[in-house]
Amino acid sequence: MGIEQKLGDMGVVTYRLEDLVNWGRSNAMWPILFGLACCAIEMMSAQAAHYDLSRFGMELNRPSPRQSDLMIVSGRVSRKMAPVVRRLYNQMPSPKWVIAMGDCASCGGVFNNYAIVQGIDEIVPVDVYVAGCPPRPEALIDGIMSLHEKVRGEKLKDWA
Amino acid sequence: MERDQLVVDKINEAVRDGIEEVKDFRGERTLYIKANRLKKVCQLLRDDEDLQYNLLADISADDLLPEVPRFAVSYHLCSIPFNHRLRLRVLVEDPDKGPATMGGIWPIATWLETEVWDLMGVNFKGNNALRRLFMPEDWQGHPLRKDYPLGYEEVQFSFNWEEIGSRKPHPKE
Repeated sequence: MGIEQKLGDMGVVTYRLEDLVNWGRSNAMWPILFGLACCAIEMMSAQAAHYDLSRFGMELNRPSPRQSDLMIVSGRVSRKMAPVVRRLYNQMPSPKWVIAMGDCASCGGVFNNYAIVQGIDEIVPVDVYVAGCPPRPEALIDGIMSLHEKVRGEKLKDWA
Repeated sequence: MERDQLVVDKINEAVRDGIEEVKDFRGERTLYIKANRLKKVCQLLRDDEDLQYNLLADISADDLLPEVPRFAVSYHLCSIPFNHRLRLRVLVEDPDKGPATMGGIWPIATWLETEVWDLMGVNFKGNNALRRLFMPEDWQGHPLRKDYPLGYEEVQFSFNWEEIGSRKPHPKE
């Protein structure tokens, strides 16, 4: 009656820790509740019943940056808002990822002027850029899937 | 409309040469007021029994750059009891010596004047709350002025990707 027998009955799966952790991270990635402009409407739509983002374990928008893993920058970031975005990013615990949703967040979009940051990659590091003005919910979901793909290939010690 | 005429008569009666010009455009009346008479005129418009312009809907400013005087400040008034709208316009030559504040007559004016100062740089005498409202606190200049640069950034295409990418700020992590 050793522990081997007991475990044998429960079934043991051997797996690489790195893959297991990345599997967990990619399938319970909680975005921060953070909408900036019209892209946020599409983001809400992606999370609502019709497109149902909860299929990928991320229906839960955390209202606190300290509980979130993913920042979806949905909309244009004005120069006044830029310090706030950076501050929220700093407050998120590592590991953390950023999606630039839409043209404005990616490169300034049609607002090439003094008031809008020309791409949020000037203030936070971006993992995935989603094109579109605004992107349809399918496009956002595709961007999120690409990010999941990226997370599954990451090394644990990169975040350590 | 007889109310348009009533306003002009009342002002002419109470304030000596307050009105510089009367303009009508598509049934809307605009009165050009001298800056130093503005306070008296506004007090009259709000307090007179037959006028009662008790709502200051907006204050806006125009930059008429090649022209002198350069700035024009508009006060959009509404009389809720009589359902009538009226626009007062004051020409401002030196933006540092703008019209007096209307905060004592319509308290909302302090906020609207702050907005005008933030974006157009017209100073309002007696308003001590002029500060940055829409722009970041350390912003230089007033962006709605016509001589304010638009701040265009060169667009990054594949042929100049490297060159612009090297100039663009990027976060370390």
